[in-house]
Amino acid sequence: MAIEQNYFILFELPQQYQVDTALLSERYRALQKTLHPDRYAHKSEREQLQAVQASAHLNEALATLKSPLRRAAYLLSLKGVDTDVSHQTVSDGAFLMQQMMLREQLDDARHADDPFEALEELLEQLQGSEAELQQSLESQLQSDDPAVLSDALDNLRKLQFFDKLRHEIERVEDELDDL
Amino acid sequence: MAYSEEVLDHYENPRNVGKMDDKDQQVGTGMVGAPACGDVMRLQIKVSDEGVIEDAKFKTYGCGSAIASSSLVTEWVKGMTLDQAADLKNTQISEELALPPVKIHCSVLAEDAIKAAIADYRKKNG
Repeated sequence: MAIEQNYFILFELPQQYQVDTALLSERYRALQKTLHPDRYAHKSEREQLQAVQASAHLNEALATLKSPLRRAAYLLSLKGVDTDVSHQTVSDGAFLMQQMMLREQLDDARHADDPFEALEELLEQLQGSEAELQQSLESQLQSDDPAVLSDALDNLRKLQFFDKLRHEIERVEDELDDL
Repeated sequence: MAYSEEVLDHYENPRNVGKMDDKDQQVGTGMVGAPACGDVMRLQIKVSDEGVIEDAKFKTYGCGSAIASSSLVTEWVKGMTLDQAADLKNTQISEELALPPVKIHCSVLAEDAIKAAIADYRKKNG
């Protein structure tokens, strides 16, 4: 059995940044059933192996489309953009200055009179910036113009910094909860 | 993953953490970030009239290896000329700290940061 390679086609979803996650989960469960190992228990070893591989592909497809960041990177890769960021550095001064400031604010929030309120404010600020970036990313990802896609990749990278910051904020919240 | 003793030492006792006035004519500021891990690094140098780095400071929000890499660079560049500092390679940093392959990008970040600081100083004093 062959499994569809393109994640969007696999789940019969439009190839775009916005994804109906309820529908995604529903289609995932339906596909998962067809690949369940029990159904292949009496089949040949080759078919069992193929089912396992297809199942792994299906899980990878779900994880990719579920995460907005991974979904955006996947869309860019479908359009031929190299999204490997492992060896890239960002040098957009104004943006990095903002990131630095937000992290300093996070440090300060720890020692604020009401740390939870300070963290909440920081989170709101972060969500505002994220929403803006996501909005432009969404429209940029509809384009096939390399210049626009390169801007999309920039926005994706920026969103990765905000994602990290969100994790940091949540970590501090957990630490404070444990006190 | 286990950190090397060198990384732990710099991580637990980071050298030269701090901030200089980035408007100071003698100060060069380099800001870099790694999208892969969301690390942000600021590295600053203070340069004498003879073109020698007198002082260096850094602030890094990131993992232990990123902090250790930037801490090590600030130690190394003190007393160097700008040209010498510009020749620093990330491989020297990763070797000194015995960074594992998945953390090599932290040393790349530190190399990019010192290069950016030098470029900023030269631009100011061009």
